Amino acid sequence: MNAELRSVKTNAEQALADAYQASKAKLPGGRKVAALREAAAVRFDALGLPNRRIEEWKYTDLRALIGEAKPLAGVPDAAAKARAKEAGKLIGDMDARRIVFVDGTFVPELSDLADLSPGLSIRSMAQVLAAGDPLVDANLGKVVPAEREGVVELNTALMRDGAVIHIANGATVERPIHLVFAATGDKPASVFTRSLVVIEQGARVMLVESHDATAGHQVNTALELVVGDKAHVDHIKITSGPSDLVHISSLMAAVGAHARFNGFAFNLGGGVVRNQTFVRLDGEGSLTGLRGASLLKGKQHVDSTLVIDHKASGCQNREVFATVLDDESRGVFQGKIVVRPHAQKTDARMMTRALLLSDEAEADNKPELEIFADDVQCGHGATSGALDEDLKFYLMARGIPEIEAEGLLVQAFVGEAIEGIEHAGLRDALMEQVVAWLRKRGS
Amino acid sequence: MLEVKNLHVTVDGKQILKGLDLAVNKGEVHAIMGPNGSGKSTLAYVMAGKPGYEATEGQILLDGDDVLAMQPDERAAKGLFLAFQYPLEIPGVATMTFLRTALNAQRKKRGEAELSTPEFLKLVREAAAKLEIDTDMLRRGVNVGFSGGEKKRNEILQMALLQPRLCVLDETDSGLDIDALKIVSDGVNRLRSPDRAMVVITHYQRLLDHIVPDVVHVLSAGRIVKTGGKELALELEASGYAQFQGEAALAS
Repeated sequence: MNAELRSVKTNAEQALADAYQASKAKLPGGRKVAALREAAAVRFDALGLPNRRIEEWKYTDLRALIGEAKPLAGVPDAAAKARAKEAGKLIGDMDARRIVFVDGTFVPELSDLADLSPGLSIRSMAQVLAAGDPLVDANLGKVVPAEREGVVELNTALMRDGAVIHIANGATVERPIHLVFAATGDKPASVFTRSLVVIEQGARVMLVESHDATAGHQVNTALELVVGDKAHVDHIKITSGPSDLVHISSLMAAVGAHARFNGFAFNLGGGVVRNQTFVRLDGEGSLTGLRGASLLKGKQHVDSTLVIDHKASGCQNREVFATVLDDESRGVFQGKIVVRPHAQKTDARMMTRALLLSDEAEADNKPELEIFADDVQCGHGATSGALDEDLKFYLMARGIPEIEAEGLLVQAFVGEAIEGIEHAGLRDALMEQVVAWLRKRGS
Repeated sequence: MLEVKNLHVTVDGKQILKGLDLAVNKGEVHAIMGPNGSGKSTLAYVMAGKPGYEATEGQILLDGDDVLAMQPDERAAKGLFLAFQYPLEIPGVATMTFLRTALNAQRKKRGEAELSTPEFLKLVREAAAKLEIDTDMLRRGVNVGFSGGEKKRNEILQMALLQPRLCVLDETDSGLDIDALKIVSDGVNRLRSPDRAMVVITHYQRLLDHIVPDVVHVLSAGRIVKTGGKELALELEASGYAQFQGEAALAS
């Protein structure tokens, strides 16, 4: 069929295919995992890098945005590990258990695995893949299957390491778990991390992912998250890095009945960033909140794409995304809510706002509702605009200089989304990052 | 202290002020009265530096310096304060943060040290108590959920904290009931001082029963057409503005 015909591979696609062929014998996992990788590599080969001809990627054409694929990251050296000690600092002084991955490899000596509370297990994905494990067999690639998602296929083919976390029935993990992903090697490299977190029925955990990088890296990270019935999970992802960083992230979460799932994505850096989130609501009566704040400057391109699939009745979800765009940056928001025929009494609301601080910045908003049930409440709203000049004048008339007045208004703007984070310390730490970003802008 | 000379102002290409002259000495309170559309609010806004209010001719001198060349925040730091007719709501910016940022920005610009948190809180609590403002309200977003009267009291609170040298009050009585009018007027009167001047812009005479002016001006069609003592306000209350609109028409 013509639809399956693909044009000639780009240099980056060819390099990625070659990298897989050259490294597949050395990537972790037994025969079963190798078969999973091979199948994913074949599908990636057919799909290629996502590009504007694919509706979900029309604003973020990776074929055009990624000129060359960097070689696969090697084992991290001492210098990369030393730099990684400074990674993950944006969370402020929140007390959390640090689990550190450098250049895509778990680093036990930088990680804190002492005194795990009852019911909590944290392991390295590479080790689990090599040894074989029923939890991984049952869930890897299956939580929310990524259909025709080239970047997820690529991740499956080339995944090196990541976290495998299991929280047993009813266990409450008091201390937040902080997954620190540092791409801090000297040479620009491609880094593929894959994590799996299974939270059983009634369990409670707060999971923070932070991603830091040094110059030139290309990161493709994926997290599969199983939120059991009545479980309560907070997931916060913080992305920063230099202006030439390519960061592609896929979060795939399945949410059980009467569970609570709160996601927050904070983007502060990177050149090309795609945060895609696929949430499937499997059980009735769950509450899901997905929020995010992005601060963009220079030529940053940050894309937040959500798909929330209501498969069960009586679920509520709320989305609030705020994007501040300066200079020639570009922000993309795509949010899709699907309500299946039997998902009655769905209550879904999605709000996205873009604040343009420069005439050269661009914000693209694409909210979509696909509703197949007849007794639902769904709504979405999108705004984009400049700072309110009247408000700015009011602040300035009280003696507040223009740049500070703008700063206060920007803080207020992103504050609405950040307020959604339950942890007060983390909320304050992120707000401080907003202030620091504004200060840099003003200097 | 304040000298406005031959001020011409256009808004959206339309000429609103057409050669306005005004001189206010320190310690004095001047009232500016006039019919709707005479240019009262334009005068207030152009003094504070609102974008879109373009002075095409003339000067506004504060202590001899032309404020027209200054940004709104520079004018504020120099001691000019405008109490807005319609104070704006700023969701997400707590009133406390707003007050503190404003106060410290002005102090910084004048080369004074910033206030410590306890010093600031003490000042705010005292000033708020005098205006019967509940400090809990100050934790909310600026003017968010405030009634009309509360917004006006919040303006006077800002004025009391910032201690400006020249206060411009734009229709401060609008939307106030008698009790609120009393609280607001008392707040303004407490700020009267030999070193401070005030320009009180109002359509109605009733505010001037509470804030008694030294001089009353009548503004009509973009110019001051008559100046007198406080009794002029009472005269206007009795006779209305019609006569001046006629005079202005003849003059232009």
